[in-house]
Amino acid sequence: MSYFRVVALIAGKDLTTELRSRDQAVTLIFFALLVLVIFNFAFDFTVIDFRTLGAGILWVAFTFSGVLALNRSFQIEREQDRIEGVMLAPIDPSAFYLGKVIATVAFMSVVEAILVPVSVVMFNVPFSARIGWTILVLILNTIGFAAVGTLFAAMTSQTRRSEMLLPLLLFPAAVPIAIAAVRTTSHVLADRPFERYSSWLALTAAYDLIFLAAAVLLFDYALQD
Amino acid sequence: MPERTAILTALERLLFLLTAALIPIGLYVAFLAVPTEEKMGVVQRIFYFHVPAALAAFLGVALCAVFSALYLWKGDRAFDLVAHASAELGVLFCTIVLITGPIWARPVWGVWWTGEVRLTSTMILWLIYVGYLILRQNAENRDQAARWAAVVGIVGALDMPIIYKSVEWWRGLHPKVLKMSGGGGLDPQMERGLMICTASFVLLFTYLLVQRCRLGRLRDEVDLLEHLTARLPDPPRRAAPGGIA
Repeated sequence: MSYFRVVALIAGKDLTTELRSRDQAVTLIFFALLVLVIFNFAFDFTVIDFRTLGAGILWVAFTFSGVLALNRSFQIEREQDRIEGVMLAPIDPSAFYLGKVIATVAFMSVVEAILVPVSVVMFNVPFSARIGWTILVLILNTIGFAAVGTLFAAMTSQTRRSEMLLPLLLFPAAVPIAIAAVRTTSHVLADRPFERYSSWLALTAAYDLIFLAAAVLLFDYALQD
Repeated sequence: MPERTAILTALERLLFLLTAALIPIGLYVAFLAVPTEEKMGVVQRIFYFHVPAALAAFLGVALCAVFSALYLWKGDRAFDLVAHASAELGVLFCTIVLITGPIWARPVWGVWWTGEVRLTSTMILWLIYVGYLILRQNAENRDQAARWAAVVGIVGALDMPIIYKSVEWWRGLHPKVLKMSGGGGLDPQMERGLMICTASFVLLFTYLLVQRCRLGRLRDEVDLLEHLTARLPDPPRRAAPGGIA
């Protein structure tokens, strides 16, 4: 079976399962919304313009729900020991990894697609961003987060303290994405010229490539029992 | 081979003697021999501990990454021992950096902490390798701990330059606080003092590394023995006639 077919199958499996039950997407969206609501109370938005903090708040919501998505992504494999089926199958473990990354990016993208308009409404932000660039920025940063997250989640999901260990490992490692994501999202939502954030986007793209490549090489070791 | 063991023992003894000699020398140099800096005063002497500790921390991280990769490639547990020990020492010296830094910064800059590039990056480095150590604790068995830790060790080291760059770009928009290290234009006596202190820290690092690796190997042997004896049946009891069984 060709490598990319395996990747597509793994990603498709997760997405199809989700489409049928829809429980994960709903949980993720509501959790992210809750984070937004908490920030609504954390700062006084009558005096602070949401646009100064908005990108940061949005990415806090995305990363927290992203951690949930990652945990769940591997938890479902642990149930009924499906993970052993994956390890025994004659597929490249990295194909499994890429399939998982794609599925996670898809879930996080759904959350992002809902949360950005909601935040515009909730915080009365004049929205002038160009949709195409917004989507590009959000997806590139999500890929970076999911790339390292999936690698770490494969390991931490096997422990008893997975919910605590994954953020502990992931957040420091994903600092470049955290910084770049907030910078680029903030510029693109305010419809600032591309030159303002092009170098940040290049950093994100570089991070994505480096860590996707590293994880493809290392995933086998993370997955082994 | 007895000759090899004899050479290693001799080298180890030499290492111990050098370290034991250079530490008091370093202390003397840092506190007494080197002239007091004119602008910052006596507190600047922390520099002779802070900078070498940072170098030792980076050395630990680099060694961890190299030996993690070697472990994944060759599977020899000795590589994992060195990787683990290096990471631990890296965290130790990084902690020293993060404590001495603010102590130095407060009288000199007036603040305990800033968003400066080096501080932020060092803090992230510390977090990544503390995570490395915690992950090892939570693995199910020794091999899994070694493999997972190797993955984190490699990813962490790969990440560090990117983290540094991204924080630098980010903070570049803000006015830069004055540089922490002496940089160019150091008084030659201070430069010599720094080199002596760096040498003493590197020797200390090496000595601790050797001891920690030995400790790790002994721990492995104990674990193996425990594992083996756990499988043995209980030794038969001898009931004394009419006595308590």
